[in-house]
Amino acid sequence: MMSAVLQYIAFLVILVVLAVPLGKYSADVMDGNRVFLSPILSPVEKLIYKLTGVRKDEEMTWKTYLICVLYFFFIGMAFLFVFQMLQDKLPFNPQNIDPMSWHLSFNTAASFATNTNWQAYSGEGQLSYFSQFMGLTTQNFVSAATGIAVLYALVRAFVRVKKTTIGNFWVDMTRATLYILLPLSIIVTIVLFSQGVVQNFAPGQTAHLVEPVAADSEGNWIEGAKIDLNTHTVTVHGKKVDDAAIITDQFVPMGPGASQIAIKQLGTNGGGFMGVNSAHPLEDPNVLTNLIECIALLLIPAALCFSFGLSIKNKKQGKAIFAAMFIMLVVFLGIIAYNEQAATPQLAHDNAVNIAMTDDQAGGNMEGKEARFGIAQSATWAAFTTAASNGSVNSMHDSYTPLGGLVTMLQMQLGEVIFGGVGCGLYGMLGFALLTVFIAGLMVGRTPEFLCKKIEPYEMKWAVLVCLATPIGILVASGIAAVWPDVAQSLNNAGAHGFSEMLYAYSSAGGNNGSAFAGFNANTPFLNVSIGLTMIFVRLLPIIGILAIAGSMVQKKKIAVTAGTLSTTNSMFVFLLIFVVLLVGALNFFPALSLGPIAEYFSMIM
Amino acid sequence: MANKKTALSDKKMFMRAVKDSFMKLNPAIQAENPVMLLVYISAVLTTLLWIVSVGGASAIGGPSAGYTAAIAIILWLTCVFANFAEAIAEGRGKAQADALRAAKKDVKAFKLNSPDTKEKGTTVLSCDLKKGDIVYVKIGQQIPADGEVIEGAASVDESAITGESAPVIRESGGDRSAVTGGTTLTSDWLVVRVTADSGNSFLDKMISMVEGANRKKTPNELALQIFLVSLSIIFVLVVLSLYTYSDFSAKQAEIANPSSIVTLVALLVCLAPTTIGALLSAIGIAGMSRLNQANVLAMSGRAIEAAGDIDTLLLDKTGTITLGNRQASQFLPVQGVEPQQLAQAAQLSSLADETPEGRSIVVLAKEQFNLRGFQMEEKHMKFVPFTAKTRMSGADFDGHEIRKGAADVMKLYIQSKGSPYPEECDDFVKRIAEKGGTPLVVAEDGKALGVVYLKDIIKDGIAEKFADLRKMGIKTVMITGDNPMTAAAIAAEAGVDDFLAEATPEGKLEMIRKLQSQGHLVAMTGDGTNDAPALAQADVAVAMNTGTQAAKEAGNMVDLDSSPTKLIDVVRIGKQLLMTRGSLTTFSIANDLAKYFAIIPSLFITLYPGLAALNIMNLQSPQSAVLSAVIYNALIIVALIPLALKGVAYREVPAGELLRRNLLIYGLGGIIVPFICIKVIDVILTGLGLV
Repeated sequence: MMSAVLQYIAFLVILVVLAVPLGKYSADVMDGNRVFLSPILSPVEKLIYKLTGVRKDEEMTWKTYLICVLYFFFIGMAFLFVFQMLQDKLPFNPQNIDPMSWHLSFNTAASFATNTNWQAYSGEGQLSYFSQFMGLTTQNFVSAATGIAVLYALVRAFVRVKKTTIGNFWVDMTRATLYILLPLSIIVTIVLFSQGVVQNFAPGQTAHLVEPVAADSEGNWIEGAKIDLNTHTVTVHGKKVDDAAIITDQFVPMGPGASQIAIKQLGTNGGGFMGVNSAHPLEDPNVLTNLIECIALLLIPAALCFSFGLSIKNKKQGKAIFAAMFIMLVVFLGIIAYNEQAATPQLAHDNAVNIAMTDDQAGGNMEGKEARFGIAQSATWAAFTTAASNGSVNSMHDSYTPLGGLVTMLQMQLGEVIFGGVGCGLYGMLGFALLTVFIAGLMVGRTPEFLCKKIEPYEMKWAVLVCLATPIGILVASGIAAVWPDVAQSLNNAGAHGFSEMLYAYSSAGGNNGSAFAGFNANTPFLNVSIGLTMIFVRLLPIIGILAIAGSMVQKKKIAVTAGTLSTTNSMFVFLLIFVVLLVGALNFFPALSLGPIAEYFSMIM
Repeated sequence: MANKKTALSDKKMFMRAVKDSFMKLNPAIQAENPVMLLVYISAVLTTLLWIVSVGGASAIGGPSAGYTAAIAIILWLTCVFANFAEAIAEGRGKAQADALRAAKKDVKAFKLNSPDTKEKGTTVLSCDLKKGDIVYVKIGQQIPADGEVIEGAASVDESAITGESAPVIRESGGDRSAVTGGTTLTSDWLVVRVTADSGNSFLDKMISMVEGANRKKTPNELALQIFLVSLSIIFVLVVLSLYTYSDFSAKQAEIANPSSIVTLVALLVCLAPTTIGALLSAIGIAGMSRLNQANVLAMSGRAIEAAGDIDTLLLDKTGTITLGNRQASQFLPVQGVEPQQLAQAAQLSSLADETPEGRSIVVLAKEQFNLRGFQMEEKHMKFVPFTAKTRMSGADFDGHEIRKGAADVMKLYIQSKGSPYPEECDDFVKRIAEKGGTPLVVAEDGKALGVVYLKDIIKDGIAEKFADLRKMGIKTVMITGDNPMTAAAIAAEAGVDDFLAEATPEGKLEMIRKLQSQGHLVAMTGDGTNDAPALAQADVAVAMNTGTQAAKEAGNMVDLDSSPTKLIDVVRIGKQLLMTRGSLTTFSIANDLAKYFAIIPSLFITLYPGLAALNIMNLQSPQSAVLSAVIYNALIIVALIPLALKGVAYREVPAGELLRRNLLIYGLGGIIVPFICIKVIDVILTGLGLV
């Protein structure tokens, strides 16, 4: 028991301890100050501006900034789409992998450009190395950098008084990538590589199994099979299985893994190098790599809270937002951990499974979890990855208990604001902060203001859209999917759990998360297109909204702070912010969840 | 505006509101309130469903016709209740408007050909008067239009507008030259230049303001509406998707879709923020109405909201912080002069002085030395009144000359008479000024006798009031014509945060600009024409009704009582308006939780029997659960009308404390109340055998 609790605490403490200095560093980078890496990186930065013709001091209005974001987004997505469609004609394809179908390619391009990294494909089987590192890894960097850039456009809007411009998108992108994402990725890559994560351009290898296994004609493993290699016969309980296949070799995937895995974790991307993501031993081999990858999930989003406070010259505000996110994370982690450890009455029934936690076993609900991680490290990862809109997994969320699974789903449905994606989680949360001060501000008898700037109908309109983009995306797309013919055939389970699989898929897309309930077969034209469109919608609408708010806020004057001003840095505000986030989430998704995990929970305990 | 309330007029108002609430079912009117439009459409839809179900309910197999009819009726009632809230809020304004209209009948006016001759002219109807026309008004006549007195002085009964029956003086020149159409002369005559065309007069503006006829949504109301509409839209999506989810799940379980359209429509109406949606416009109108009751007219709803944001009040010292008049409190004779001699001289010079200061000197002399005015009346006295030119007043008798006045003037006067000005006098003057008082130097026959100490009397309880305001984050700045030393002393005693001494109109304007550039929102009152620029600059500017036309036009509110303390009330009303809006929004949204717990289990209990566990209110049946929720949703609107009209309780406490309090009452209350009420309604419905 104690060791599990210590593990949880260790994860959280390490996260905070690293986030604080990184926050300071990132604030300096984005504010354009000199940092300790400047002597090395500054010449590179200047060279980039020279080559691309970017004028460093050129300021943009919000509209120009937005046009740049969109232009960059769609061009990047188009390149990725083309790479995947032509991967058989492009280099670095030792496995001779075929091009993707148009809809899978669209889905994947949308997925990586939006920082979602939903994977309707399996990396080792359907993507060439070229597509992986030229397409996906590039997007892993720039989609995360876009989040930071948009966040800082908003930061400047709060800092500047009666101005019209909010910074330069190209400069923000360059600095975020060069000074923050790249150095961190290099460090993480080296550590992961040292621990055995693959990093090469070799074709996949074949390894001889220590013991052969048998599979039936549908590819399912046959339990308790006796295999006679000499006669090539498979028998179960003395009965011969006719169409069984005997497997003696294993395919071991290779490729430039570590570098992509580093940024997939750091950039809240989550798109695994392997199909099963970090549950794969070559993607996340041991406890150390697991710790690093897990911390990397939330590191930058958590750090950006502190950067925000520093850059708006109101450290307390950064801490307040961090506190709101952190409290929700801890509570949600607690719920997952408790439920997974408690397992289900069905598992415990008649001692079918020993769910007790002992020194030798993690106990609890171990279905879909890796033995090398146990409950604690799996539950932490599940909580972190759905809090951050990362979506990488080291266990299968499909196999979680109903309430454990509910929390992972809910964190995405809340709009990915519990730290959320790099940059976008924080600006999403600031959208919620605007809603919160709007209601709370009225209750103290003032027209609402945030960070000394008045919130008027224009800001309100966009703030509401920023906050409701995720619910709108999820409800509309999954609502259509629920009546679309044949969607039910993609399910792995019937009943409430089947519904959860579908709901999870759209929640994942609607939160730009990218994780999946494993049972769901998402590679159909309808699902690829609808999920792809959902991801684009929920990514771009908040970006447009936040930049529009920034464009309006930057022109406003600052209102003086008095005792009559609603404090947005005290515990009351933190509590209210949490309340508003949860309330909006609950109001939007209570009906849906009650048909999925809640129904499942009650049938479990009945 | 007389606030005569009788049971009869209340009943009339109520009946008018009931009638109006049905009249407002006109779709064109409903369209102005999108949240209620959603309820309206839902009511129409359920009515249609009921008609269909009466025709062939058994064929469709949907819910019973009776249930559908019940939902339809409740939804219609919800719309009517919302209309009623608005109508009753408008009622008071309409009654006021009726009274004002009575004052605004067309009268005959004598239009002069030229301002110089009061004989030559033509008689025209007041509605035909144009801006710039000159009219002559006699005793007993009604002033035909808004205007400015260019000749004459008269007392005017303005009770039609202010409700104050005592007549006021209107005269040409100065700050009392503005007259309002619809008021009546009770003495003398006036020549008035018309300043407003008919239909655009102050009275017209007043009528349209109190009636809320051309009430525009304020920015904050718009922002809130955007929020409410977005919530409504998302709930439409929630309910639509719920239908397909339910269909999806039912197919998997191979049963019929358990969610009927009627129940989903009921769920939608329950979820949509109908409580605040229904009361929003009533809250706005009621806020305006409360302001009118305080005898303040806002030129726009926006001004009231701005009042809530005010964090700096510029307050005139006289009348707001101190009683309008100073009182003599001490006689300070110079060396060699008996106190009694000084008192007597001061009293003599003040006998004919009808100003409060003059009277207080007479009283003080009487109290301290038992000197009685009439003892001296037989002397042949000639009184010298105070003029702006001499800045002295006094009396001449039997060859003696008594004068009193401000120190600087008296010094020159005494020196001009060839007498030395005693240093002692300077000391007294300085000491009195340091204490915030006003010194009056008294001289007889050109020789200084001493100084009278006139003291500013700070109003009772004003310091506490300012302390309360400070707690709320509102800073007070005292504006005074006094010198900085006097001003500082009074400011300290009254507990204001800052002061502007020797204030000039330019000084005020400068100060407002400076405060605004620091991000403060400033309110002020003013009456004179020279206040106009400052009034125009201030965020909330209350012009006195007794003030000039220019001042009234520059301000965004007019105080009919012309009371300088009104500013504090205005801020209170503004804050209360915003607080009511926020609190009821919170309440409305918090209600949704209970409604979910009522409706969701009842919807899906056939699909997943385990969801019965969510029926924590233990409601009798799925139908009674839905009905109870919808009935609650309708009744809560009616229940909250008084609160919407009265406004939530207002306290002068810091923002954090206000928030905690309102969250507890309206947030937590909003979660708990519906659970109890829905359960009670369910018990009643079941008890009556209605479900």
